[in-house]
Amino acid sequence: MTIEKQTTVVIPVDLLLDEVKKMHDAKYRLVQVGCGQFKDQIEINYSFERDLVFSNLRITIDKETQVPSVTDLYHAAFVYENEIHDLFGIGFFGISLDYQGTFIRTKDKHPFYNTINKEDSLRPEEEGS
Amino acid sequence: MGREIVIPFGPQHPVLPEPIHLDLVLEDEMVKEAIPSIGYIHRGLEKLVEKRDFKNYVYIAERICGICSFIHSVSYCQGIENIMEITIPDRAAYLRVIWSEYSRLHSHLLWLGLFADAMGFENLFMTAWRLREHMLNDMEETTGGRVIQGSCKVGGVRCDISNDKLASMSAGLTAIEPELSEMAGVFLEDETIDMRTRGVGVLSKDSAWDLGAVGPVARGSGIALDARMTGYGAYEHLDFSPVVISGGDCYARCRVRVEELFTSLDLIGQAITMMPDGDIEVPVRGNPSGEFFSRTEQPRGEVVHYIRGNGTKNLLRHRVRTPTTANIPGLVQMLAGCELANVPVIVLSIDPCIGCAER
Repeated sequence: MTIEKQTTVVIPVDLLLDEVKKMHDAKYRLVQVGCGQFKDQIEINYSFERDLVFSNLRITIDKETQVPSVTDLYHAAFVYENEIHDLFGIGFFGISLDYQGTFIRTKDKHPFYNTINKEDSLRPEEEGS
Repeated sequence: MGREIVIPFGPQHPVLPEPIHLDLVLEDEMVKEAIPSIGYIHRGLEKLVEKRDFKNYVYIAERICGICSFIHSVSYCQGIENIMEITIPDRAAYLRVIWSEYSRLHSHLLWLGLFADAMGFENLFMTAWRLREHMLNDMEETTGGRVIQGSCKVGGVRCDISNDKLASMSAGLTAIEPELSEMAGVFLEDETIDMRTRGVGVLSKDSAWDLGAVGPVARGSGIALDARMTGYGAYEHLDFSPVVISGGDCYARCRVRVEELFTSLDLIGQAITMMPDGDIEVPVRGNPSGEFFSRTEQPRGEVVHYIRGNGTKNLLRHRVRTPTTANIPGLVQMLAGCELANVPVIVLSIDPCIGCAER
């Protein structure tokens, strides 16, 4: 069985646009932008592919950080940035198609932020079970 | 210049099997802009991963979608297996390919039926769905389930298919191929279908690339993009090349799916011929610690399951980027500038799965 090699490079948020531009200039395809909350930190992964090689750029931020939109480089990112805004409440500036929080209709605002049951997900006695 | 009005399209509409809402900004009969919104069937399945044992979560991952369910379970299991460095038995990898391609066959036949129905071609709709029953019957006989199989597990598969049954499946698919060819001829050569789909909802190759299109949408715009080319599972041992059609219109996307029916038949035939003997699962000990982006090719295109564990039985994160999500930017572009009457056909041409997109 072939195990795919994947790389993840962690970068500061101020270098995001520069690094994404390098991927764009190198003809990488934007595969996805995904978000997750780990303890009090938010991680956003920008995934790219070229010639079947899969690479990620990762930024780690807090909820108040405004993230520069990459939609000028990859227009498709507007879907992911609107989704992350609506589910996690992360703000993006410079987004080319901003649905102003109406892309995903949710009963509660930002339902994926601060709803992790840390006790369940990090319970040490469950290790090895 | 005509008067500008906004018409809501969906969430309930005859061509939509699932709810998506589009605000169509019109000038006379011309769509100037389409503004999508979703959220009607958001189930929070990704959050459930924090509450369920990672082995049992396969059942939930499979239920992200009621059509490409099996491939969701393969994607999830493959991600866990990569993190835990588990090598599944070869026979299990080949069985996964067979059920994945059966899923593609029944999904494409379902879509072809819906597409025909959307154009008012009732007889063709019934023909496609009658042929789909053959695939569903084989799935049910080998796994116990028609659309939710439950046969994939971390470490392999839950049930085997006897060599006698594999031979009868192969014979059955050979017997049904002429009927599929006859139906394919109607989709590809009928004048009415041609008029409704040719030159409609065009997405150029460059636009498809820029907008991150995947699956038949990308391949219908001339891009050779198919996760099976990565050789995951047993695909690395099979002779496979993706169906790529230029044109970028609704006809091209339809043609990709029609031709992929025969690619799937071929892949199933190869997998049955090359099926190795041996175990179908390996024991799984411990809990996953690490992360992996698991990619597979669903009927609608590439799906990405991001899985992250911290050594406990509950995963920290499971995020799914579905092909429908990736094709929304392309859909928005296709709709801009089209006639209002063509909106249903264009929307259906990306084979939207909102259940997948919302999780």
